Amino acid sequence: MHITLLKVTTLFYLVGALLYLYFIVTLNERGAKLGRMLLLVGVLLHAAGFVARYFVAGYTPITNLFESLSFFAMAIVAVFLLTELRYNLRVLGSFIAPLGFVFSVFSAFQSGEVARLAPALNSYWLPVHVILLFIGDAVFAIAFGAGIMYLLQEKEVKKKRMGAIFKRLPSLDVLDDINYRCLTVGFPLLTLGIITGSIWAEYAWGSYWSWDPKETWSLITWLLYAALLHGRLTVGWRGRKAAILAIIGFCAVLFTFLGVNLLLPGLHSYTSLSG
Amino acid sequence: MSRIVIVGLNHRTAPVEIRERLAFPAETIGHALRGLVERREISEGVILSTCNRVEVCVLAGEACKGTAAVKEFLSGHHGISGEELNGYLYHYEGEEAVKHLFRVSSSLDSMVLGEPQILGQVKDAYGYAAEFRAIGPILDKFFNKAFSVAKRVRTETKVASSAVSVSYAAVELAKKIFGNLKDKTVMLIGAGEMCELAARHLISAGVKGIMVTNRTFERAVKLAGEFNGTPVRFDEILSHLKMADIILSSTGAPHFILKREDVEEVIRIRKNRPMFFIDMAVPRDIDPDANQIDNVYVYDIDDLNNVIETNLEERQKEAERAEEIVAAEVRAFFRWLEAQQVTPTIVTLRKKFEEIKNAEVAKALSVLGTEDPKTKKVVESLATAILNKVLHPPVAALKKDVDGRDVTELVATVRELFDLPEDGGQTPPPGEPKEGGEIG
Repeated sequence: MHITLLKVTTLFYLVGALLYLYFIVTLNERGAKLGRMLLLVGVLLHAAGFVARYFVAGYTPITNLFESLSFFAMAIVAVFLLTELRYNLRVLGSFIAPLGFVFSVFSAFQSGEVARLAPALNSYWLPVHVILLFIGDAVFAIAFGAGIMYLLQEKEVKKKRMGAIFKRLPSLDVLDDINYRCLTVGFPLLTLGIITGSIWAEYAWGSYWSWDPKETWSLITWLLYAALLHGRLTVGWRGRKAAILAIIGFCAVLFTFLGVNLLLPGLHSYTSLSG
Repeated sequence: MSRIVIVGLNHRTAPVEIRERLAFPAETIGHALRGLVERREISEGVILSTCNRVEVCVLAGEACKGTAAVKEFLSGHHGISGEELNGYLYHYEGEEAVKHLFRVSSSLDSMVLGEPQILGQVKDAYGYAAEFRAIGPILDKFFNKAFSVAKRVRTETKVASSAVSVSYAAVELAKKIFGNLKDKTVMLIGAGEMCELAARHLISAGVKGIMVTNRTFERAVKLAGEFNGTPVRFDEILSHLKMADIILSSTGAPHFILKREDVEEVIRIRKNRPMFFIDMAVPRDIDPDANQIDNVYVYDIDDLNNVIETNLEERQKEAERAEEIVAAEVRAFFRWLEAQQVTPTIVTLRKKFEEIKNAEVAKALSVLGTEDPKTKKVVESLATAILNKVLHPPVAALKKDVDGRDVTELVATVRELFDLPEDGGQTPPPGEPKEGGEIG
């Protein structure tokens, strides 16, 4: 039952994403409003499914690829809805909603069967560590979307065209501001996620840091965002440079999350492809 | 018989690099106007020179010779070869020229359709021509008519109602770069009309402060007073630039006043907080290469113009109505212009035949020697009837209103065929267009 619920949210995200795309093409406000409504219903159903699965499985359901992709999709959509509330920036949805849908549909193709929890994961650290990181990653996903929008809009202004993109996308300042805010929220979450993971590793594996591929790649990701934050605060890396780094940073996030699991086996290999 | 000719170039036919070389600065326009009307082929002339266009309007004996003479004048005055110029120039003669000036003054040919500055610029051009006695009765009438057409277009259509202009486009762009303008500071360099207008728009958009600088510090102080801003000495621009987010520039400097290195230095000090340079000067004030620096946006007058051209669909509809008004006015004016030539010819023609008729009737009556009023009347009406019937076709042909027909040639033919004196019939022409344009 809860598996159907989790998978059905994909449809809401799909229609929501399509409505946001319809909105960016036609600028029909109703598209964006309806799209937001669908995303909201989707994310609420998603949360309900998540809670249901928690009770069925007996642990926080973020342990395999199906669960983590599904949770990531939910986090992205939820963080987007909050961002839209803050900035009233509908057009962001045209970039983020499809992203949420992609993770959701990727998850929907995985087997949703509840498996026995690997003994090493049976810890209170699991939800703390993983949820912190996924929310942080979802925030970075917003920065990624804003970064792409920034580059598109910057190109429009630099090339001196006031075309369709110019009219549809918000000001460079707003996009850069989103980038910065996401960094100030996402970076602490990422840092805390890594620290809690490290503490948990000490309990579970007997070592704070063992250079397992996932650890190495999260360190790389962390260093990228740390560099961006540092450059931003000291010499004023902003605009284009910050947008590019936000995009690269999110690619590193994705590689740490998916690439490492699928390509580089190590201690963290709980979420390899299944089904 | 003379014709109106316009030779010119504008933002569509020539890039800013060419336009800045062909511009006539206000200081030398008197000299240029004298040089223009000194030419044998040209009897009257007006020169319109703005940053978007240069138009030379003349009254010439023959259209093609007039066009050639103006081209020669342009290449001679600016020291640019005729071949190089030819690709950028357009020319209009007769009715086409009338239409062109009406469209230009009504802002239908402007980069920003309906922008209000052009009418003032045409009036300035007329003013210079009057001041330096380059204008005569025909062009005087022509330009005044153009002013009244522009006024009609403005009041009867919505072409100029919403504020779409270079300065408005600058504000739009600033909003896309900075989002909120409330905490932004503007620096105004030089005192161009368009820059001042843009500054006013930015102020009403809520910018925080404005710095004003000018080569003459007194002018800066005066303008700063108007804008409630801070005057800055011209040689202190660089040290104040770091405080400016939006820079509006339109000085008469012959070369860049801000080089790429200057801007790089400032943006570094500003820790990459974006800067938007709006360069309305021709020749340009700001090195366009600075646009390649991250977080720096440099728009020159051409860029703004291009940007706007894409944004004018709504005005296009109103423009169609405006074009109808212009077309009607062109026809009316052209009819007046033709009447200037046709009416005296008809009058002379009639006068000549009346004289022949009267002489012949008198001769016939004296041969008849009769005092019978009836006979007298018959002879008289016979002559009049023949006269009218003979004269009807040529007069009708002269009066016929055919688009695009060259009335000058016809008039010449009629005068030759009937051996009419050159300046007969000083009767003022009928249907003179009503004087509507204000001058100055």
